[in-house]
Amino acid sequence: MELVTPSIGLVFWTALAFICLLVLLRKLAWKPILGAIHDREQSIDEALNKAELAKQEMTRLTAQNQDLMQQARAERDEILKEAKTLKDSILNEAKKQAQIEGAKLIEKAKIEIENQKKVALAEVKGQVSTLSLEIAERILRNQLDDKAKQEALVANLLKDVELN
Amino acid sequence: MDCNQVFVLKVKKVIFVFTLLIAFLSIRNDTFAQVESAVSPDSVVAESAHAVSGEHGATEHGEEKFEPTKVIMEHIADSHVWHLWGHTSIPLPVILYTSGGLEVFSSANFHHGEHDYQGKYNKYRLVTGLKQSMTKDMFNKNIKVVGADGQIDEAASDTVIDFSITKNVAAMFIAIALIVIVFSAVAAGYKKRVGKAPKGLQSFFEPVIIFVRDDIAKPNIGHTYAKFMPYLLTIFFFILFNNLLGLVPIFPGSANVTGNIALTFVMATATMLVVNLNGNKYYWKHILTPDVPWWLYPIMIPVELIGIISKPFALMVRLFANITAGHIIVLSLISLIFIFKTLAIAPVSVAFVLFMDVLELLVAFLQAFIFTLLSALFIGMAVEEHH
Repeated sequence: MELVTPSIGLVFWTALAFICLLVLLRKLAWKPILGAIHDREQSIDEALNKAELAKQEMTRLTAQNQDLMQQARAERDEILKEAKTLKDSILNEAKKQAQIEGAKLIEKAKIEIENQKKVALAEVKGQVSTLSLEIAERILRNQLDDKAKQEALVANLLKDVELN
Repeated sequence: MDCNQVFVLKVKKVIFVFTLLIAFLSIRNDTFAQVESAVSPDSVVAESAHAVSGEHGATEHGEEKFEPTKVIMEHIADSHVWHLWGHTSIPLPVILYTSGGLEVFSSANFHHGEHDYQGKYNKYRLVTGLKQSMTKDMFNKNIKVVGADGQIDEAASDTVIDFSITKNVAAMFIAIALIVIVFSAVAAGYKKRVGKAPKGLQSFFEPVIIFVRDDIAKPNIGHTYAKFMPYLLTIFFFILFNNLLGLVPIFPGSANVTGNIALTFVMATATMLVVNLNGNKYYWKHILTPDVPWWLYPIMIPVELIGIISKPFALMVRLFANITAGHIIVLSLISLIFIFKTLAIAPVSVAFVLFMDVLELLVAFLQAFIFTLLSALFIGMAVEEHH
């Protein structure tokens, strides 16, 4: 039975070649290939996990952003409201102040006007008296130039006095 | 399993093609009788015989009767020359270990067995094919020592051990060179594109490597699988490449490497060694003190010990028989042309051979897979921790 009888030569060469192949491939191919495949699978796994984490982080951040946004909006509204009330109050205050101030000014102006009027009246009075005196003097002088007239006047005066 | 579906499909196709063949054969006698009579029968015989000698390296002349068994056996068996075509063949080195010492010479010196060669220590004769298998020779020697009287000296022949680089050895070396080149290139791809997606040859072999790891090694061996990955990958690709090269009908292929019992013997022995050298205490306890009543030990222990041998023995025979059978079927189908002595049968033969080649392609993968799977299974049984 030639077919099922292993020949020594072929057994020898096969064994030798197979062992060499095993050693060679182990060092040359399988170590780097299996190592690389393993590393890559690891890195893919890692990347997927990271992606998952990133996704979660994203949703978390989005929710946070939403919250922040809402808060900010509320705060803005609050601030705006406050500002408005503040503005209104300031305006009102200012108006009131202005009114008071205006009233005071008007009062003052009135007093001033009164004072001025008094001063002016006093002055006018003085001037009137001076003028009357001057007029009286001039009249007196004119009348006193004449002796008759003087006597008339004196007589007149005396008459007045006497009447008094 | 999808493998079953494939087989069901194949069986259906086989039935279909065989029906076609039978139909063809039944009409053949009527239709092609005229063709045969028209062509001179002698010329057809000569032509076909010549073609056979061209295909299979037989040195007989065209007038000789066609013997399919001889042709097929010559292909299946090993050879000291690598026949290419016609009368062209590559002589391979002959290395003989004799009692006197090593003899190294080219097989071209035999002139296809027509001449004897006078070596340093003896005179040698190349005994080919069927003639040789008639003699009940244990060591499958094709090279015989010729005595002084010109007859083969069997006693002297037994002392000569043939370490020649035969056709199978050369084909195996080519396969090994191919494997080394291919996987160096693949490994280079991993070094060049660290962490990147595979490309080219690398992406072709990566799924296969991952298949061996995830579907053969991991489920059968368990967490210690990494230690055995180089061995499993090596046997897988060694068997696969040799199977596939065996299907190629021209030079780098055509040898029946994995269909040779010597090679499958070495592979099975390797698996046996790996299994038993890695066997843990549970494995040996299971063999030496099986879980049966003590009075069954005289039966059980021998059975378990036979099991150590029979598992790799089955591996050896399975691979050898599958591949050899495939080669024999393909060659038988081709031989049909020369048995019927007509070219008219050629389309049928070619159709069948095509079908068989496709089937053999499947078998090439399947046998590599099964050998690796069973090796992994046996290793897994030997390294299993819990019991």
